[in-house]
Amino acid sequence: MSRRTRAIVVTALVLVAVAAAVLGAFAVGRFPIRPGELGTVLWARLTGSTHDVSPTVETVVFGVRGPRVLAALAIGAALAAAGAAYQSLFRNPLVSPDILGVSAGAAVGAVLGIYLSQPVVTIQLLAFAGGLAAVTLVYAIASAVRGHDPLLVLVLAGVVVGALGGAVISLVKYLADPYNQLPAITFWLLGSLAAATPADLASALPAIGIGALPLVLLRWRVNVLALGDEEARALGVNATGVRAAVIAGATLMTAAAVSIAGIVGWIGLLVPHFARLLVGPDFTRLLPTSVALGAAFLLAVDTLARNVARIEIPLGVLTAFVGTPLFLWQLVAARRSWQ
Amino acid sequence: MTTTTSRRRLLALGAALALAPAARAQQGRTLTDDAGRRVTVPEGVTRIYAAGPPASVLVFAVAPGRLIGWTTPFRPAERPFVAPKYADLPTLGRLTGRGNTANVEVVLAAKPELIIDYGAVTPTFASLADRVQQQTGIPYLLLDGAFDRMAAAIRSVGAVTGETARAEALARYAEETVGDVTRRVARIPPDRRARVYYGRGPRGLDTGLAGSINVESLERAGAINVAAELGPGGLVQVSLEQVLRWNPDVIVTTDPNFATSVRSDPLWRDVAAVRTGRVHLAPGVPFGWIDFPPSINRLIGLRWLARILYPNAFPEDLKPLVREFYTRCYHQAPTDAQLDALVASASPRQG
Repeated sequence: MSRRTRAIVVTALVLVAVAAAVLGAFAVGRFPIRPGELGTVLWARLTGSTHDVSPTVETVVFGVRGPRVLAALAIGAALAAAGAAYQSLFRNPLVSPDILGVSAGAAVGAVLGIYLSQPVVTIQLLAFAGGLAAVTLVYAIASAVRGHDPLLVLVLAGVVVGALGGAVISLVKYLADPYNQLPAITFWLLGSLAAATPADLASALPAIGIGALPLVLLRWRVNVLALGDEEARALGVNATGVRAAVIAGATLMTAAAVSIAGIVGWIGLLVPHFARLLVGPDFTRLLPTSVALGAAFLLAVDTLARNVARIEIPLGVLTAFVGTPLFLWQLVAARRSWQ
Repeated sequence: MTTTTSRRRLLALGAALALAPAARAQQGRTLTDDAGRRVTVPEGVTRIYAAGPPASVLVFAVAPGRLIGWTTPFRPAERPFVAPKYADLPTLGRLTGRGNTANVEVVLAAKPELIIDYGAVTPTFASLADRVQQQTGIPYLLLDGAFDRMAAAIRSVGAVTGETARAEALARYAEETVGDVTRRVARIPPDRRARVYYGRGPRGLDTGLAGSINVESLERAGAINVAAELGPGGLVQVSLEQVLRWNPDVIVTTDPNFATSVRSDPLWRDVAAVRTGRVHLAPGVPFGWIDFPPSINRLIGLRWLARILYPNAFPEDLKPLVREFYTRCYHQAPTDAQLDALVASASPRQG
């Protein structure tokens, strides 16, 4: 099979996976909707015609299940894109979007919001701001420390700020009202799209879109950066500037995703690995493949989360349950290609 | 109930005699607590440390003067409902295993003569009680927190504090409240029972499964907990789709943010409870009315639930009932403004 044919086959397979995930997600749910009803309300929405399906079905399709499907797609794509960018940037396959403390910062924000009994919108804003603040702090620390490998300092600063955030979360959990706030905090930290609404989408999608811009625009330079700072400079690429822009973009995407879904682990680590297995390390192809696979993977997992049991299964739990065996399998399979 | 208690005391006395040398070292009576542990309690205990929020409410109701502190500080909204001399007691922290916050040295410095814990009686908590008792040398009484054993727990606290008359009156009041609600609810035919969704958390999407402590009061008040069909369990998350499918007649919540937002949220618009204005925010001051802390504070919640679920079977005005409960259990009659605020959420489309 030539490279070109292989690329076409891979693209087709990935798109089929996304389409299958979307169809599956729309078809099933706790509220029973027949395929005919689904078709009718979708058709009516497109053409503006009237129908006699119950308005609750319409609410479920456009207000509950639809936004949830879109949110899962967007968040899966955002986390996978950020993960792919970081793995290329840090030249390390073990890096995930949380490496610079964005999840820890967002969790601190959300947990404080719950502790102070704030409305949901404020909790989300605090999570978003917390994620951005944590990474800004990490970047400031790393910029202040000179004379070391900049990547190493960034990762170390991320670990330190992440640990600090973990301590703040533990402290708030400890002080929180054990009956009302503690369960809410626990549920938030496990991650879920159970409550995703159109309003959440409206607030998160622009941030994800803006965050994606530097990744898309600088995709060639990220490739150059993956060769190392010295080589990049020799090729006329401003390594520090590109890195800062990519970190800003990935942070924006991750913070927006985490602010509405809570902590969803594994996607940013696992999906870029799979994408690399399919299309290789070239970031210009790794990025779109990761985006599509991340969207399909999180949507499939979220469909499981709302259907596998009668209660909601937290996303963080399911991504780990589904992700770990896949990751191990991929490790074993990938050995051959490394050797 | 009384005969069991006296039989237990007799057994305890026998045990105390059998262990005479050990028992003689400490002056007092040996009781058997609800975990079957034999505890020697000094006569006329005056300083009690309640190990968790449920025990705090219980001891506060029966013998407020014996309570030496609270496990958590009062919030500004809760404070006005408790007389300053009680509300100003120090915060000592929890010591129950459900997230300890108490420093044992702080507890010891407060010089309690007895530690009371009120809640689940499992081997875990029994062994925790043994450990604390061994470590501190302070007798530790573990009382069963089940809804049905409420009156028994009140009498136990009365017995150890010597406040037997107060405790007896309070125990009777508890029995009458539960009995009255149970009797009147029993006359409501199954097809007239209200299908209720209990929504907790900022999104209102955390709920209690069948038999969970969260929905115990709801079940007592004759509600059909819509989440019960998911099986037995504790507090879980559900999806809005699931709630839409249940289409509950009534929504009860403890979260003020959710209670406000649900009324204007287009996604909840089609739910029967929202359409008919039957979304009720349970009062939570100074202690929660529905589930937490799971103590005798749930008695007034039971009345409130019965009233909002079945206004025809429970036509009487809530205000005098609330005033009586607060005066009896929290030792301060609420002001008219406080009463109005407490019962406001009982009527539809308010809160």
